[in-house]
Amino acid sequence: MYQELQRAPHTPSGLFTRAQNIPFAASRQQTPNRLPYAGMPSGDVMQVVNLTNSPDKTFMDRVMEESGQTISLCYQCGNCTASCPYTFGFDIPVSQVMRLLQTGQKETVLSSSSIWLCASCTSCTTRCPNNIDVAKVMDVLRHEARREGFVKERRVKAFFDSFLDSVRSHGRVFEMGLMVDYIRKTGRFWTDMELGPKMLPKGKLAFKPHNIQGRDAIARIFERFEKEGS
Amino acid sequence: MTKHTYSYYPGCSGQGTSMEYERSTRAVCEAVGINLDEIPDWSCCGSTPAHTVDHTLSAALSGRNLGLAAKQGHDCVLTPCPSCLTNLKTAGKHMAESETFKEKVNRLLDEPLETIPDTKSVLQVLFEDLGPDALAKKVARPLKGLKVVTYYGCILTRPPGLMDFDSEENPISMDKLMQAAGAEVLQFPLKTECCGASHGVARRDLVMRLSGKLLDMADSLGADAVVTACPLCQMNLDLRQGQVNSANNASYRLPIFYYTQLLGWALGLPDASLGLDKLCVDPRPALQSISANKEVA
Repeated sequence: MYQELQRAPHTPSGLFTRAQNIPFAASRQQTPNRLPYAGMPSGDVMQVVNLTNSPDKTFMDRVMEESGQTISLCYQCGNCTASCPYTFGFDIPVSQVMRLLQTGQKETVLSSSSIWLCASCTSCTTRCPNNIDVAKVMDVLRHEARREGFVKERRVKAFFDSFLDSVRSHGRVFEMGLMVDYIRKTGRFWTDMELGPKMLPKGKLAFKPHNIQGRDAIARIFERFEKEGS
Repeated sequence: MTKHTYSYYPGCSGQGTSMEYERSTRAVCEAVGINLDEIPDWSCCGSTPAHTVDHTLSAALSGRNLGLAAKQGHDCVLTPCPSCLTNLKTAGKHMAESETFKEKVNRLLDEPLETIPDTKSVLQVLFEDLGPDALAKKVARPLKGLKVVTYYGCILTRPPGLMDFDSEENPISMDKLMQAAGAEVLQFPLKTECCGASHGVARRDLVMRLSGKLLDMADSLGADAVVTACPLCQMNLDLRQGQVNSANNASYRLPIFYYTQLLGWALGLPDASLGLDKLCVDPRPALQSISANKEVA
């Protein structure tokens, strides 16, 4: 994940740069700067975040308010990153997301893959020594990313959107319809094609949605949500 | 145990990809005297996608079902699915704790929610109301010689403040029920590790690695089968087992049972009521080995 960051820094302001490219760090080349952290690829170099680059000082407060979590309590123990099953796939480990939040690095956080890949497994929440519901914070970051138009993982968002569209139309998820809609949204017509022949003979794939009687009530929930916001 | 009636929330996947979980859950509950009164015209809880969009929207989608359940007049809602469980519990807890949040949710609903019923997993009720000892007395076909690992998944017991059941790090409820049914339960260190969850469609590459790790551990421990309690875990491990094999150059052939299927089998319930033919990886060799052991004994 860090190799990817080095190839193409995803922040226009260049918040993440190789340590040795920064004069201050370069002057300390004598001291080894390969401090280990969970998920760090061998031979990689520690990343440096320049905290003076365009911080949004109100960002942490907004996330704290929506999540109800005291993010300032995080003291970087790293339990969340060590516990997170997705650390190997994250571009920014979850403990660093927390630190970036504390320093108001809105753009870096909202344009990350990590916030979309978080599977809400709540390992982080379960093991945080300061009782921060980290998974809830990641959830709120997805809300913020949607509002601000950041979508690093388009396919993940497309899947979530197709799922909710299905609920809105039928009241319950129509699995076949969800897949067709996801493929339409992403153009990836080959997605899970090999699974069809496994499921069809077992009668597990319904071809027609199960429309509940109260599906208008469900549609009204979505309409009011869109009108009122939350 | 005395016969108790619960509101029952089956969840959407039970109508399709996890129909065998739904079928076997109903069969087992009926056999042990737990009455399931299905919530009339229940709707989707919104699952993961809803709470990634907004917490009020998510709570409203769950809230409609809690409202319908409250009208049934039972004190508690049961659901087999951990994702539904998380959403129903989160909505109920958050609304009970915050009047402001409750008002926001009620603004989205046709009928405002007054009383909020409690929610439990079917597993919790089988473990706490029935219990392993009472179950053992009902076993007609012990799972003798069947070596299983129990895989709980991420959210069945986590986070502990919300779930309030079993251990968040080393849950044992399924282990005890499986032992009571006669199976040999192997120590599985990845009981609560993530299978990759809902990213199977959008980021299959990541799920292959996570589910692969689980199958690899189960296989290397010498398990005959994996026992699950979650439709998404079961789908990633069973339906996608072929994909995992291709991606990881492996050749696992591990049947992935819902715990209710094995309990039902041990209780002597007919195969048709357990949906064993719905599993992708053929469970018959594992079940036949039990029958063979029985003849030897």
